[in-house]
Amino acid sequence: MLDVVWLIPALPLIGFLTIMVFGRRLGEPRAGYFATAMVGAAFFVTVGVFIDLMSKSAEQREHVKRIFTWVPVGSLHIDLAFLADPLSITMCLFVTGIGSLIHLYAVGYMHGDPRFSKFFLYLNLFAFSMLMLVLGENLLVTFLGWEGVGTCSYFLISFWHERESAATAGKKAFITNRVGDWGVMIAMFLAFQAVGTVSYHGINTAAASGALSTSTATAIAVMLFIGACGKSAQLPLYLWLPDAMEGPTPVSALIHAATMVTAGVFLMTRINPVLHAAATWVPTMIAIVGCATALFAATIAVAQNDIKKVLAYSTVSQLGYMFLAVGSGAYVAAIFHMVTHAFFKALLFLGSGSVIHGMHHEQDMRKMGALRKLMPITAFTFIIGWLAIAGVPPFAGFWSKDEILLFAFAKSPVLYVVGLVTALLTAYYMTRQVIMVFYGKARWHDHSAEHGAHGDFTPHESPKTMLLPLVVLAGLSVVGGALQLPFSRDTKFLEKWLEPVVAIGERNITGSWADDNKYILLAVAVVVALAGIAGSILVYGKQKAKAIEPTILAEGWYYDQGVSKFMGGPGRRGFVGLAWFDKHIIDGAVDGVGKLVRGSAGQIRKTQSGFVRQYASAIGVGVVLLLVWFVVIRGIL
Amino acid sequence: MQFPILATLVFAPALGAVAISVLSNRRPEWIKLAAILISVFTGGLSIWVLSAFSTADSGFQFVSKHTWIRPWGISWHLGVDGISLFLVVLTGVLFPLVILGIDPHRDHKRYLAWLLLLEAGMMGSFLSLDLFLFFVFFEIVLVPMYFLIGGWGYDDRVYAATKFFLYTMVGSAFMLVGIISTAVLAKTNGAGHITFDLVELADKVSFAASTGRWLFFAIAIGFAVKVPMFPLHTWLPDAHTQAPTGGSIILAGVMLKLGTYGLLRFGVYLFPEAAHYARPLFLTLAVIGIIYGAIAATMQTDLKRLVAYSSVAHLGFIVLGTFAITTQSISGAVMQNINHGVSTGALFLLVGMIYERRHTRQIAELNGIQKAAPIFAAGFMIVMLSSIGVPGLNGFIGEYLVLTGSFLTARWWTVVAAAGVILAALYLLWAYQRVFHGEPDENNRTFPELKLKEAAVLLPFIGIIVFTGVYPKPMLDRIEPSVKALIAHVSDKTGYVEPTVPTPVTGDEVTP
Repeated sequence: MLDVVWLIPALPLIGFLTIMVFGRRLGEPRAGYFATAMVGAAFFVTVGVFIDLMSKSAEQREHVKRIFTWVPVGSLHIDLAFLADPLSITMCLFVTGIGSLIHLYAVGYMHGDPRFSKFFLYLNLFAFSMLMLVLGENLLVTFLGWEGVGTCSYFLISFWHERESAATAGKKAFITNRVGDWGVMIAMFLAFQAVGTVSYHGINTAAASGALSTSTATAIAVMLFIGACGKSAQLPLYLWLPDAMEGPTPVSALIHAATMVTAGVFLMTRINPVLHAAATWVPTMIAIVGCATALFAATIAVAQNDIKKVLAYSTVSQLGYMFLAVGSGAYVAAIFHMVTHAFFKALLFLGSGSVIHGMHHEQDMRKMGALRKLMPITAFTFIIGWLAIAGVPPFAGFWSKDEILLFAFAKSPVLYVVGLVTALLTAYYMTRQVIMVFYGKARWHDHSAEHGAHGDFTPHESPKTMLLPLVVLAGLSVVGGALQLPFSRDTKFLEKWLEPVVAIGERNITGSWADDNKYILLAVAVVVALAGIAGSILVYGKQKAKAIEPTILAEGWYYDQGVSKFMGGPGRRGFVGLAWFDKHIIDGAVDGVGKLVRGSAGQIRKTQSGFVRQYASAIGVGVVLLLVWFVVIRGIL
Repeated sequence: MQFPILATLVFAPALGAVAISVLSNRRPEWIKLAAILISVFTGGLSIWVLSAFSTADSGFQFVSKHTWIRPWGISWHLGVDGISLFLVVLTGVLFPLVILGIDPHRDHKRYLAWLLLLEAGMMGSFLSLDLFLFFVFFEIVLVPMYFLIGGWGYDDRVYAATKFFLYTMVGSAFMLVGIISTAVLAKTNGAGHITFDLVELADKVSFAASTGRWLFFAIAIGFAVKVPMFPLHTWLPDAHTQAPTGGSIILAGVMLKLGTYGLLRFGVYLFPEAAHYARPLFLTLAVIGIIYGAIAATMQTDLKRLVAYSSVAHLGFIVLGTFAITTQSISGAVMQNINHGVSTGALFLLVGMIYERRHTRQIAELNGIQKAAPIFAAGFMIVMLSSIGVPGLNGFIGEYLVLTGSFLTARWWTVVAAAGVILAALYLLWAYQRVFHGEPDENNRTFPELKLKEAAVLLPFIGIIVFTGVYPKPMLDRIEPSVKALIAHVSDKTGYVEPTVPTPVTGDEVTP
């Protein structure tokens, strides 16, 4: 089964090509079901590969499948090759699994859209690219997927491009990501120079054996981290993700919550030996950036009123946790949180999509409320997602977040405290969201006029194709924690499974204070989560206290505005100045030379008057001058 | 005697041009048919050369050599190697597409005759292995292009054509002096007689460093104008914008490559010492070109001008790769010659289609075209992504090779140049958003969809874009031997040592 690993990305690619040719003929809903089937089939192949891999001993769980030689020039030799190992197959499992659920959901969500089949065209291309990214045997194949998902993200964010905000958001996402891609490219150049290859095996072996110098390892790690910051929306490059919510909600769930945005965390885990070989300040920096992003985004989420914006900032915040884990040497915890986050955040996004669908494309939570009676299944599953993200045991998010906090504590208590405050805020703003959407007074009555075309406006539950994924994801959000339970080595399935991949980078915290007292930390986490929920209920449910939603938070600390202002102001003026310089100075010099030649030629031409007397007098003057020169200067005579 | 296939590549279009100019104007369909037949024949022949080209031979193939002017050592010397092969093929393929796909609207006869003469000149330039012969073809090329811009161009065509002609001529004047001096000085510097023969000069002659540098700079300035390199680039936006679509495609597709090809063939190969000496200057100008061209492109209001400035940026990558002098960087540069020709050629084709429909190239007057013509927009998107350098399409492979190779010898230049990929996304996506996204207004609502005939012309471009991006190996296999030979030649003459990289550990030992 291992040898057919290439089928995993090939199936969505076939879907893409088929829809490209026959998309319009397939039409709605067949194009959607076809695309879903392709990703679903890829899921089953992945399961097969997974089982095959499981049956091998831990050291042998690595299989390279070379398809063809891609870029061979001199000493540079890059294959289009796939690497099937515990890490890539874990990624494939949830990418194809959650991916097919979201495809199915989108069949219902995109109902009636005039570009229905095109949506699935892009979605399948995305799935293909994402699978290339995680299955790549070397940095270049990963980069192919990396840019591919970025491009698909651009297509899908600007899917409703008639809206200017959507078109702008797509462009912004692509360009911001390109800043990160610059880092990845430099890292590839460095790796080629230092190791002679861009294959993970070559790079990681060199890093582990000490063949890679500390300074080079540091440079590679930092450059790849810049790439990861772009793709995974960390400070200072997170800007594009909140805007990306302009895309249809299934896109937000698939790309901007569950899969693509985790690519940076994946990449860091993939090269964990390099991070290990790098200077010690590199992991610390990653932890600090992750931690800062987590807190920063959580504070912004507290004051958002758009149902998807809350989730977007929450995603940025949760990705920050994952980088905190990476920086703390907790790669297993990072992947664990990535998986559980994929479950509950996809669930929350799809739930919000169901709400938006039922509310006739209303996204403002201030115009919602009391929806649980009208949308019972959506409400029920959303509440499970809320409990999971808020960190309430025994839901999935609790376990993964707790593991990260454990490692963060071992790294530095400061990181732990910031992580804990973020957890408090997370519980707080998610509770706020649940209350505003599903409880309280029904505020949509007051706004029914705005939904004019539908006459009497009543929110409605979504169709079955949309509800089925919600139920499945809710189930996973409940039990997902079982992947890795902290009680003993035997309950840590994910750790044992990923061990061959992260053996070098994973930090051993056994014997540290944090590990010895992990049940205390566990209890603290529960208390913090409950405190956040209770606080939020007091403010938004019981209205005992006034909500604290200052404008500065609603506006995201004015960071985005600041950057836009700089780009639109000095940045743009610089560009305009250069264009002016080009037109007037550089080209002006060229035209100036032309004018000078013409002008002086015009003057000289006047001497060619055609009058013999003029020429004769000129000759006369010339003769006299020559004579003077001979006589006076040369002294002849 | 072997069939003189390379000479046929030059003479077929030249004779075609003559034939067309004597055909009667009363039967325009015959004229068009003749032009199509000749260009398709030439294109077919170039593809035959491609298939018969041996990957084992790093030297010149299909060589034909006949003495022309004996006392001056001038000969008719043609040959093709991995560096020129794909430029010849691109020339062969591009012309039939231009002739078939683009309607000049008036005076077909003269238009087609000039176009075929242009093709002959291009072929001759890429195939010549004699400096004198090369210079003749290099100058011949100017004449038809001058008339194409001046005769079938847009509003400001006369200004643009004159500027193009004069600017290039100034460069050529330096070049001519350089070429003649090289040939004459060769007599006392190793050749024993005056010779214009490229191979003989490169093999036998070695100039004193100072002499070689003067000669190199004289010749290089002609090519630098042609590329064009910053700050000698301002003729390009005017020429591109005012040229008819067919002219722009040829200009961007193959004609600018005379500059980059020339720098490699008559710069690095002929004057290795001087080229090596001049590296910092050329690398710096190349990197400035990349960033400067991209920024200038961002601020253009005319779509065609924007594409023209993007060429300045893209050609900067080629010059960077050329002067970084590593196997990867030069292979990438040679490849990028073709990639840029295909992508930018296709962009000009598409912009031309927009102009045909809307009679404007102003970005501000275009909007919402994706809604009105989704297939057209999709075609534009693929070509644009290739130009941006998205992996899986051709542009990325070339750019990556140039950068990864340049990083070995010119690290900091490369770090800055790589930032050019960010800017490429900026100017193209911004333009795309303004032209294609949004709700179309009154004038753009009826933007006609891509026609079958147009699609037939566009498809070969897209085919090459995708194929080269996914499977560049056949192309690289043909380029690499000649590049390696070139670098060995440089090492021979200058003692330059190409940096090596460690032998990597492969992952194969764990594969069962």
